[in-house]
Amino acid sequence: MFRRIRYLFRKELVQTLRDKRMRITLIVPPLFQLIVFGYAANLDVRHIRAAVRDLDQSAESRDLIGRFGSSKYFNIVAYPQTPEDVRDLINQRKVTLSIEIPSDFSRKLKKGDTARVQLLVDGTDSNTTLIALGYAGQILSEYSTKILVKRLNRAGVIGFEEAGVDVEHRTWFNPNFESRLFYVPAVIALIAFLVPIILTAQAVVREREIGTLEQIMVTPIRSWELVVGKTLPFALLGLLDMIGIALIGIFWFEVPFRGNPAILLLGSVLFLMGSVAIGLFISTISSTQQQAQISTFFFTMPAVNLSGFAFPIESMPEWIQYLTYANPLRYFLVIIRGVFLKGNGLDILWPEMTALAILGGFMLLLSSLRFQKRLT
Amino acid sequence: MRLSRCWAIARKEFFHIFRDPRSLALVILMPALLMLLFGYAVTLDVRRVSMVVLDRDHTQESLSFIQRFSASPYFNLRFVAQDEKKVKQLIDEGSVKMGLIIPWNFSKTVTSGKKVAVQVLLDGTDSNTANIVLSYVQAIGRQYTQEQTFTKVERMGLQRANLPVEGRTRVWFNEELESKNYFIPGLVAVIMSIIGVLLTGQVIVREWERGTMELLISTPVRKGELIIGKLFPYFFLSLLDLTLALLMAKWLFDVPLRGSITLLFLLSSLYILVALALGMIISTVAKTQLLANQMAMIIGFLPTFLLSGFTFSISNMPDWLQVMTYAIAPRYYVTILKEIFLKGAGFSFLWFETLTLVGFMVAGFWVATRSFKKELR
Repeated sequence: MFRRIRYLFRKELVQTLRDKRMRITLIVPPLFQLIVFGYAANLDVRHIRAAVRDLDQSAESRDLIGRFGSSKYFNIVAYPQTPEDVRDLINQRKVTLSIEIPSDFSRKLKKGDTARVQLLVDGTDSNTTLIALGYAGQILSEYSTKILVKRLNRAGVIGFEEAGVDVEHRTWFNPNFESRLFYVPAVIALIAFLVPIILTAQAVVREREIGTLEQIMVTPIRSWELVVGKTLPFALLGLLDMIGIALIGIFWFEVPFRGNPAILLLGSVLFLMGSVAIGLFISTISSTQQQAQISTFFFTMPAVNLSGFAFPIESMPEWIQYLTYANPLRYFLVIIRGVFLKGNGLDILWPEMTALAILGGFMLLLSSLRFQKRLT
Repeated sequence: MRLSRCWAIARKEFFHIFRDPRSLALVILMPALLMLLFGYAVTLDVRRVSMVVLDRDHTQESLSFIQRFSASPYFNLRFVAQDEKKVKQLIDEGSVKMGLIIPWNFSKTVTSGKKVAVQVLLDGTDSNTANIVLSYVQAIGRQYTQEQTFTKVERMGLQRANLPVEGRTRVWFNEELESKNYFIPGLVAVIMSIIGVLLTGQVIVREWERGTMELLISTPVRKGELIIGKLFPYFFLSLLDLTLALLMAKWLFDVPLRGSITLLFLLSSLYILVALALGMIISTVAKTQLLANQMAMIIGFLPTFLLSGFTFSISNMPDWLQVMTYAIAPRYYVTILKEIFLKGAGFSFLWFETLTLVGFMVAGFWVATRSFKKELR
């Protein structure tokens, strides 16, 4: 019995690895995703290009502009003269933010009135804009405080202090807000999701397409042995691929690995059950490799986007949040990020582990049953 | 060049698509699914951030400060902790993204006219969200400080309290700062790539694989006619999808479409031709349908999804990667889409992108016709 599985196991590995395009599937897309998410998916906003239109040209206005210019968040790149110039600069994406200082700026400051500074901002990229506005607000408020203290000084109050709060923040697990620490573990999870699905679905359908599946059926192999032989090799390949990418992530992208590798391995094994189950299921609804590929695309596209991979689950509409509970990737992302970044142990991750075990086992059972039915 | 021959090929290609339910689904359902996903289901907007608060002061002042968080749409006050251990535990297990710790001397310090340090603990795992949460917290902190300082000044009875400088912000193009307005226009490019590259990648290689290419070679149909005939149905379907996507964007998701629809269709047609040319190249180079599919995924779909500026802003990427994005056509199309949708840009703002796309198209078709050999191999 184990001999039969072993033979099938070896055959699948050889067949997959000798095929150049399969080797490409194992290496190129994972690397591509790793590079893009390691480098590109960044919201660390620095050097926002800004324009300044100073209608006042006073010492005060220059002081304020200097504060923007010397901050690491803004680069002042243009000094437009007219509102049309400002509009063109924003329209042509030359600047994201335009600061306009009205002609009565210094006069109002001296009189003790409120001087209004106009900020025009390109909101196309909503989150970058939000962060840029936060920085601008900070600078304005610091400047405002400085003026207030000056006014009070003149009124004879020495050593005035602000009342209120200082926000002292400590950011755990990722103190410099580096997005690659968030995405690299997720890409590893993605590999463990996609690779077994694609390989399992292709392997079964290919045999069906060239007719060798029927030949296998006349051999003494039992159908459950066939299921094992058709899934185990691809789970293993997925695991190996995942380990390779994880090593690149740890050593090249310097993503910290704070937890226990054994716990991650346990989570991965549980998760891979679900992945091969999906692959097996897709193979039962496809008769050509072409169809299998399209079905895989249809299945994985929503699954990846509704997993918390890039888009937070808690911001989704409520009924979709419930839907994500049926998505194994959702749990595995919590596990892999928890182990990598937080060093979480089983005491914290047991609910996700349990969910993966139940979900994976259930999916594997259903697709094997369907697979066997489809064989006969 | 005979139109009748082109048409015959085109008709055959239409039949291929319509009789295969899965290809048809890729044409009709996939765009709708993508639009629903990105227009409705997922968002990068940071709202209702789950938080825990530890109030060591328990006074009117500390409560009113906490109130600012619980009343804000950006925060969701889920837990009240009694000690710091609980705060840590909640963050550790991922139940909350943020913890706010108010020290025991909060009200004493504030009412005596000084600044008190409140501690904010953030789960930085999701760095982008954490970054935005922090800027919300700081805004609340600033607002509070400003008000307290004013009360203090007024209490001193010194002068009419005026805020010295106030920023007035006007956001253009995406006034509500919603990420869907940023996603949806770019998504159109992704949808065009699915048909243009993924489906078109099959057209020639399929004939080779099934052996029907040899039949085609023996007919009087010429190379140019074959290419035009093969691509016409996909061009047509792409336009169909474009219309579908625009209708959904406008009526279902209320994404502003400020520019000219004619210009949008014209420039989209240009991009469709670029995508089709790429699909054609893949189809003539690949030896099997499977390989064609894989190539389409790697050089057609993934770059469009990840490097075009569709979800991840190009200006935040490292320089070397920014340079690379200039080499991919979707980058220009995504710019065109966002400009026309959100800014209502006219051609005068888009001529550079247009010219580049024309360049891509000419080069693409040149390579496609060169690599396509209508002879036995």
